[in-house]
Amino acid sequence: MKKIIKYVLYDIVRNKIVVAYTLFLLLLSVGLFNLGSSPEKGLLSLLNLVLLTVPLISIVFATTHFYNSYEFMELLVSQPIKRSKIFMSEYLGVTLSLSAALVIGMGIPVMLFAPGATGLYLVLTGVFITFIFVALAFLASVLTRDKAKGIGIALLLWFYFALIYDGIVLFILYSFADYPLEYATLTMTALNPVDLGRIMVLLNLDVSALMGYTGALYKSIFGSMWGIVSAFGVMLLWVTIPLITSRNIFQKRDL
Amino acid sequence: MIAIENLSKTYGKLAVLDNLSVRFEGGRVVSIIGPNGAGKTTMSKCILGIVLPDSGDIKFKGESILKKHAYRSQIGYMPQIGKYPENMKIRQVIEMVRDIRKDATVIDEELIGLYGLQNMYDKRMGSLSGGTKQKVSAALAFMFDPQVLILDEPTAGLDPISAEILKCKILKEKKKGKLILITSHIMSEVEEVADEVMCLMDGSVKFHDTITEIKQQANEERLSRAIAKIMHEED
Repeated sequence: MKKIIKYVLYDIVRNKIVVAYTLFLLLLSVGLFNLGSSPEKGLLSLLNLVLLTVPLISIVFATTHFYNSYEFMELLVSQPIKRSKIFMSEYLGVTLSLSAALVIGMGIPVMLFAPGATGLYLVLTGVFITFIFVALAFLASVLTRDKAKGIGIALLLWFYFALIYDGIVLFILYSFADYPLEYATLTMTALNPVDLGRIMVLLNLDVSALMGYTGALYKSIFGSMWGIVSAFGVMLLWVTIPLITSRNIFQKRDL
Repeated sequence: MIAIENLSKTYGKLAVLDNLSVRFEGGRVVSIIGPNGAGKTTMSKCILGIVLPDSGDIKFKGESILKKHAYRSQIGYMPQIGKYPENMKIRQVIEMVRDIRKDATVIDEELIGLYGLQNMYDKRMGSLSGGTKQKVSAALAFMFDPQVLILDEPTAGLDPISAEILKCKILKEKKKGKLILITSHIMSEVEEVADEVMCLMDGSVKFHDTITEIKQQANEERLSRAIAKIMHEED
């Protein structure tokens, strides 16, 4: 498997998008830390931008990469290798290169300007989000052979998680404002990896005091070690479920 | 060496392979003929595991190959249209496949030499002509001394000299006891290299005989006429 990952990485590094992505993140992070009055504010702005751009870039890049690699995969399936191995190598190749871009482009400035647990959570969330959205992108790609359709599905998924979902949650919260919704909100958060990541980082910043009762509940849950472990556990589920589903589909279809 | 049992495959409503059963033995060159869309390529892709059949079984040396992968180290495949990652150089493609098939003990570089591919090692796959890609495909198919060779219209894009080199190579490998499956439309070529002809039509076997038998049956000297006659008679 290592051999194949090597060739996937080789291919990705050569098309320079990942390098551009690293520079973009670097510019964004350094810029935001220099603009804000405190590192804390810088982290907050960075969080909001990262939660919007990282999923988008991950999902679009991974989908186009998957379709562009069809020839490579066709060449490999006639060789004595398991299909799941080919698939996992593609996945790890994409996620590792995007995560490396994230750690270099965002992790280094964060550690320089705002060292501490919050920054670490931010980078870790970014890495998890990358793994999740690449898995979703691969799921969209194995569902259809048509490249345009695949990218369409991928973009819809991004729209849903980054924008539409929050709208739905807000609508529910407003409509049922008279009822105690703390636990319902908690469940709804877990159903969207972007929100989960956002809350995990926010609670480590002082702004969580502004979030009222729900914020207090979150604080009591995510503030503990257990809460954080289980939040990352949910994130891990968000990686494995789409990944395993798409791998199974990939094994059972024609190329 | 290869036994196909009741193989069926449909694409949507179209039945490409319809309850296909056939056996191929080693030391033979079998030519697979048939009209366009008869299922020739689909059958070879099923043997390779690129296309997964809806029902039926394929056995290689008595063992089912479905959901397996190790058997492919015994198969060399030359696709009809070789698709390669455009950014990779010839050298990298060959090195990668060799890297994947590290267990192979015999490395046969005869075709690389005869086609002069070393001189083009640093060209990108995307910049190669169709014929040169075919040469790379052929070199890769024969490289690991496989027991079975599946060649899908091997000479279609090759110049006459390169095609001749390939035919000589095919006959040479046959003598080593290998099974060679060739799909082709060029009857003169079939007559030159093949021992048996299998005709696929609408996804099942129309006939499968040795060339001499076919000629006798139709009472014709030339294979192309004989085959045309048989196909007309049965209609």
